[in-house]
Amino acid sequence: MSAHLMLAANAVRWLAGRKVIVDGVSVSVEPGQTLGLIGPNGSGKSSLIRLLAGLRAPAEGDVMLDRRKISGFGRRELARRVAVVEQHSMTEANVTVLDVVKLGRTPHRSALSPWTSADDEIVENTLRRVGLTDRREQFWHTLSGGERQRVQLARALAQSPSVLILDEPTNHLDIQHQIDILRLVEDLSVTTVVAIHDLNLAARFCDRIAVLSEGKLVTCGPPAEILTEKMIADVFGVEAHVSTSAHHGRLHIQFLM
Amino acid sequence: MTSSRIRPWAAGTAGVLLVLAALLVAMTAGVAIGEMTIPMKTTVAAVTNRLGLTEIAVPRIQEAVIWDYRLSRSLVAAFCGAGLALSGAILQSLLRNPLAEPYVLGISAGASTGAVSVMLLGFGAGAISLSAGAFAGALLAFAFVVMLASGRQTADRTILAGVAASQLFNALTSYIVSTSANAEQARSVMFWLLGSFAGVRWPDVALSASVVSIGLVVCIWHSRALDAFTFGEDAARSLGIAVQRVRVVLLLVTALMTATMVSMVGAIGFVGLVIPHAARFIVGPGHMRLLPACALVGALFMVVADIVSRIIIAPQVLPIGVVTALVGVPFFSVILYRARRVA
Repeated sequence: MSAHLMLAANAVRWLAGRKVIVDGVSVSVEPGQTLGLIGPNGSGKSSLIRLLAGLRAPAEGDVMLDRRKISGFGRRELARRVAVVEQHSMTEANVTVLDVVKLGRTPHRSALSPWTSADDEIVENTLRRVGLTDRREQFWHTLSGGERQRVQLARALAQSPSVLILDEPTNHLDIQHQIDILRLVEDLSVTTVVAIHDLNLAARFCDRIAVLSEGKLVTCGPPAEILTEKMIADVFGVEAHVSTSAHHGRLHIQFLM
Repeated sequence: MTSSRIRPWAAGTAGVLLVLAALLVAMTAGVAIGEMTIPMKTTVAAVTNRLGLTEIAVPRIQEAVIWDYRLSRSLVAAFCGAGLALSGAILQSLLRNPLAEPYVLGISAGASTGAVSVMLLGFGAGAISLSAGAFAGALLAFAFVVMLASGRQTADRTILAGVAASQLFNALTSYIVSTSANAEQARSVMFWLLGSFAGVRWPDVALSASVVSIGLVVCIWHSRALDAFTFGEDAARSLGIAVQRVRVVLLLVTALMTATMVSMVGAIGFVGLVIPHAARFIVGPGHMRLLPACALVGALFMVVADIVSRIIIAPQVLPIGVVTALVGVPFFSVILYRARRVA
């Protein structure tokens, strides 16, 4: 795996038609760290994720990967450095777990180059890492939601990325699988950006948190500084009690209902 | 869970070889069977004579029938089947819709309108051939679909645009036929619309062979990219695929193949829909194997369908589209039924 890279957005703006979705947002992730994106629905998290991943081009501003403009990278060049896991992936194709994970090697191979033993080794390693080694022949449509996300994570890791970008990877999953997925991500040494819904999970797994509201960056910093009762009331419109957990020493957010 | 572990295409390679052998047998049968009864020995001799391999004395008329009529017809049938199946496979993967095929997307309908315009309205005053008319119609329908589905292009929008295009161009064809054709012409147009290999000759073989060969090479070259479309366009893009370019190249190749086939033999449905599903069942979803398999199975299917169309109500010939639908639908039902059981 190549050295960790730094990823940054400089005053990026993105519009859908005439509607401004991302409005002059600047965020950055230090090499090897995890940045969490939080915010209410429609705050522009997913769009910012797409800009950071280079899937959309910003109307204004730049996304920089290792101090180089992301638009200057070739598609394959970028895919060898940045891997993306979407909210939920769907397909009609009758593919197996192994087929999907092998897709991760796509950017490392030219149009007709043969599959190598090095590719095999990487695929095996990632399967082991997400605990799916003995299910490689299983069909995608027989997997549960949590297993599918693990397969997609394995596919992303098979890209041998330096930066991993996840768009609410734990949506629709039960709490055990949410923690499962985030633990796996936490153990990786890559630079990570993750959009996340659950504030407690964000506090537990992120080094820094960026708060978005109506397309604008509200604030950004370490969880303990960011996740205040005032911010939660202002941005999410919910009264909350924030304390330090006696169990894991991290922030614990309780919503007062 | 046990059934999910079975890979039905484990013996895929053997299956492909089997299909290849079956194709050769079917083509020989296709050449041997016909109105004029010609012994098998003469059939083979006529072909090998022309290839310069033998010099066996064969009645000239028999040799001419074999070489100029039946062999060319059989070859065009094979290339048509391959081209249509390939087009269907590409459209299904690219649009991520199991129902996509040239017929559904209105490309065939556009080609028919173009051909009928030349045939009945006299567009081009004889300077434009029927084929050129069909080709123009196919490209027009294709442009119509792309335009309607443009902007934020999604698979569903493209299919909907295709449905609109089919309706429009079929209506135009019917309008032209009912307002400007006499009964005799209307009958021959309807016959042509349902597909017919009657009247194809060696120039058609050369054209269909080159178009399908180019199409196959371009498609196989993009097979990795097509695999990457499994989870949609954004997923493909994040795997390093130049999504727009791949889409444009492959859609153009598909339009080219379809337009060529329709201009030659009419609009033949169901091949592009059924064959890719059957091929997937044999070799699995990976495009490196799927695309050649589609071409082979499509060729076999069409050659057999052509034989059936000639013998079922001999000496008359059924429109090939009738045969492909009659054979295709039950076959398709079986696939759907088995797929449901696996799922």
